[in-house]
Amino acid sequence: MKILKVLGSGCKKCEQTADLIKNVANELDIDVQIEKVTDTIEIMQYGVMSTPGVVVDGTVLHAGGVPTIDQIKVMLA
Amino acid sequence: MFEVFTVLADQVTYSLFDLQPKSDMANALHFFIEDTSKIFFLLTLVIFVMGLFRSFLSPEKIRAYLEGKPKGITYFLAVALGAVTPFCSCSSVPLFIGFVEGGIPVGATMAFLIASPMINEVAIVILGSVIGWELTAIYVGTGLLVGMFGGWATDFFKMERYVEDYVWKIRTGQIVGPTYDNSLSGRITFAWGEVKEIVGRIWKYVFIGIGIGAALHGYVPADFFAKYASADNLFAVPLAVLSGIPLYSNATGVIPVAEALLGKGVPTGTVIVLMMSVVAISIPEFIILRKVIRIQGLAYFATFLAIAFICVGYLFNALA
Repeated sequence: MKILKVLGSGCKKCEQTADLIKNVANELDIDVQIEKVTDTIEIMQYGVMSTPGVVVDGTVLHAGGVPTIDQIKVMLA
Repeated sequence: MFEVFTVLADQVTYSLFDLQPKSDMANALHFFIEDTSKIFFLLTLVIFVMGLFRSFLSPEKIRAYLEGKPKGITYFLAVALGAVTPFCSCSSVPLFIGFVEGGIPVGATMAFLIASPMINEVAIVILGSVIGWELTAIYVGTGLLVGMFGGWATDFFKMERYVEDYVWKIRTGQIVGPTYDNSLSGRITFAWGEVKEIVGRIWKYVFIGIGIGAALHGYVPADFFAKYASADNLFAVPLAVLSGIPLYSNATGVIPVAEALLGKGVPTGTVIVLMMSVVAISIPEFIILRKVIRIQGLAYFATFLAIAFICVGYLFNALA
């Protein structure tokens, strides 16, 4: 199972990002666990200034907006 | 180029609703239809086009660029870059921490945060189209100057002592820049997403602004403003600035109000500082910044800006 973290203070784009990842994972039949990180300090410690960001297995793979479906497929691969 | 919106408003007001030309109701409705169609059209167009070309500037790149520059020029660079960087007030806190952690002076960081909401490509295009390019140039120039002054004052009065202690202790990881899909379809998806996101966030401010503008335009006689808001009335400028503090609107939303006030003969300086005060000094933004700056710091900051705006207002009214 992959653990993904969505970094963002709770804005609309962060919700969209989490939902989109869930949908893509369901479609590809990949088991994922999504955690939302809303604490600013924790987000900063990942080095992300523009949210939403996505962390997969401890590494930031995306920052600065809602990822596209193709980008999510790469993250889940 | 924008006649089409006037024609549309003519048609709706005089043909569809069959209102008597020059009546209060007709004037107000005409203003409302023309501004709604024009502003939402421009808003969508400008955000979409900027969205296609995005990614040339991000807060991360600016941080890297400002790091280690001499303090004196950081104010100028910060306001100039703040004006052209797409930025949402919801990222104020990460941006503040990111800048400060990168060793960028608090003054330059504040200069960026002042300039960014006041001046941006969307506001410039709409302002230019609605109230003319000369006033737009004055607005932009003044906004940049006030941003630089605010940044300089922040450092001069050592406002960094009001920054919350935890901010200084944060050590960020390697800063990760935005990751974009740069294909044409990726850009179009992104640009359209920006339109939906930004218009979805600010449409209510724009409607309220147009509504107020239409009511002023149609129903408030010019004599009223000549009596209370002329350049001779020394209280008009401070009152405009002070009334802008509790009021908040996006830069686009305040444009139709400015348009109506200018149309009623309210002096330029008074109108410009009202706009700036509404956009730059706002309670929602301060609540967000409260996470990183103590309340005394925010109070000083609002006071600096208010004084700067009042000076600017008097100056322009005296020059006009």
